[in-house]
Amino acid sequence: MSNQRVLESNHPPATDAARQPITFLEAIREGIREEMERDEQVLVLGEDVGAYGGAFKVTDGLLDRFGEGRVIDTPISEIGFTGAAAGAAHMGMRPIVEMQFIDFIACAFDIITNYIATSRYRGSGPQPIVIRGPCGGGVRGGPFHSQNPEAAFFHTPGLKIVYPATALDAKGLMKSAIRDDDPVLFFEHKWLYRRPQLREAMPPEDHTVPLGRASIHREGRDVTVVTYGAMVHKVLDAARALEETDEISIEVLDLRTLLPLDEETIVDSVQKTNRLLIVHEDTRTGGIAGEIAMRINEAAFEWLDAPILRVTALDTPVPYAPPLEDFFLPQSDDIVSAARYLAGY
Amino acid sequence: MASTSPPPIDIPHQLDRDQLLDLYRYLRLTRGLEERLVSLHRQSKVVGGLFRSLGQEGESVASAFALNRRADGTGDILSPLIRNLGSMLVMGAKPVQVLRQYMAKGDSPTGGKELNIHFTSFQHGYLGQISSLGDLVPIMTGVTLTFKLRGEPRVGMVYVGDGATSTGAFHEGVNFAAVQRCPLVTIIENNGYAYSTPYHKQTAATALVEKAAGYGIPGVQVDGNDVLAVYGAVRAAVDRARAGGGTSMIEVMTYRRKGHAEHDAQPYQPPDEIDKWATTNDPIDRFVAVLRENGWADDPQLEPIDARVEQELDAAVSEAEASPLPDPEDTLSDVYAGETARPHWTRQVPPNPRFV
Repeated sequence: MSNQRVLESNHPPATDAARQPITFLEAIREGIREEMERDEQVLVLGEDVGAYGGAFKVTDGLLDRFGEGRVIDTPISEIGFTGAAAGAAHMGMRPIVEMQFIDFIACAFDIITNYIATSRYRGSGPQPIVIRGPCGGGVRGGPFHSQNPEAAFFHTPGLKIVYPATALDAKGLMKSAIRDDDPVLFFEHKWLYRRPQLREAMPPEDHTVPLGRASIHREGRDVTVVTYGAMVHKVLDAARALEETDEISIEVLDLRTLLPLDEETIVDSVQKTNRLLIVHEDTRTGGIAGEIAMRINEAAFEWLDAPILRVTALDTPVPYAPPLEDFFLPQSDDIVSAARYLAGY
Repeated sequence: MASTSPPPIDIPHQLDRDQLLDLYRYLRLTRGLEERLVSLHRQSKVVGGLFRSLGQEGESVASAFALNRRADGTGDILSPLIRNLGSMLVMGAKPVQVLRQYMAKGDSPTGGKELNIHFTSFQHGYLGQISSLGDLVPIMTGVTLTFKLRGEPRVGMVYVGDGATSTGAFHEGVNFAAVQRCPLVTIIENNGYAYSTPYHKQTAATALVEKAAGYGIPGVQVDGNDVLAVYGAVRAAVDRARAGGGTSMIEVMTYRRKGHAEHDAQPYQPPDEIDKWATTNDPIDRFVAVLRENGWADDPQLEPIDARVEQELDAAVSEAEASPLPDPEDTLSDVYAGETARPHWTRQVPPNPRFV
């Protein structure tokens, strides 16, 4: 089968214009577009992804470039088009599925966890699919346009989960996710999509970021803060504040890929700072922080000078009203309090 | 000397006599293999449950027979249900593979990781189902969407039971296939029961095929125990799909004569109902009668087929029984490409919780 058929490179020559700083959203689009140029087996499916360019315009322009055979508008049917992506993957395609909001991935939970995640193990072959979509709160989207459902899939062997925080990582991880031979859930925090301060210039060469590798965003001595997605930026704000006011030095570790978890990088950092705080925008109970804490307990217990703590959203649905949502979400002040508590432990 | 038997009537659907004998062989092979499995199940050599298609072999075999069958990965693809053993055998699955699957052997198609007829060969054109019923409809929509996008003259076929027509997956898959005009044939096997749930508790529709109209696609209902009628209906749908006519639906009317699985004593099915189907509407009996009455085959042609099937099954059972169970460490492979999962730390010597 032509699973790995690759077209001749059709990249436009790198120009200065091509290297202008671009947004997080544009970086994702560029990653998808470049992989579609590179490999004709890559196709996009989802609601309103074609003529309309997607609810957030992530796939804008792809229909004109690649045509209806590779950018497919679907009925409102997450089971239907996620299942169809799985079938196409069996035939050697590399589908990218858009969930209009990642909250709706729950509709396809069965197909993803029972079918796609187990296909290789069952002997039915690889499922090189990227399932992507806008996630996250802080944009007043209410209970069904704000969720972070990564933990619901974190428990499923066979899946990979990517959750970038920067434009460079978003593009590089998207390209790696598309090339990966396993199914990848790709979480795009919508609050990051158009932040002007996140604009970055992309390198002219083929820019990929490997899956399964965390990055140290900021080096520090006193407390390791493990986080991902939009929380990376709140943690960075907190780290700057703590440095100034308390002279506490925070190491900020951005997981980038949640599954597989880069345990080694976390352990290395904890062995340096001896204190660990985990911050995620997802709710608390059953969140990824619990698993990270357990891994460190197993692998680096003697290195700890303080209990492992976490800052997360509350164990409630995501509320709509600004005072409620702001109260629900972890804020920089919470991170400051927690890090200060740990540093003084 | 003038023959006293009537002159043969033309065989319908452009089938020839060899194909009729082939159909007969697959019917016997399916029933015979299940009988062997029953025996192995009673000896506790089948590890899990055993699912029978007794009384439904006709529609399984005839429907698969209408596909373009190749062994090189370029033919049509079907996705069977738990009672479509016959369809898989027609596509090229071997009895020894099925026996090894049921017996959880290490050299079974899934290496002991999946059970019964849940296994795949894209080479031969069958895609194993999973236990969430209806899921293979959208999956096969994607398989056939790919055929269409690539301009390949290939067709897909997916089986669902009367029960799975109630699922969201069925609806979403058929609807998407209809919109995209995918070359997909959906076979609804209406055998009267979904586990213990009878038809009237599954749907208020007078016929499941009526659902086709709601999707804007053609649908026909056919006597599922009439082998040639099933073949004819499926062949027409497959030809239309291959010619670019899009997806369609066929409801095959049949009856499940055994319980959901061997453990199920089927107290919810009236015994006289089962007897009636067994004595008057067995698909193999009916097919044999048709072969004889039309002069297409006689006992001297059929009996050697029975004997060969039994020989083949004898050999397959011996081979499968001799197969090894999987190595426990095989558990760790094939979760991800090129990686093995982390083993139990407690089984390291000495136990070490830190190993990564």
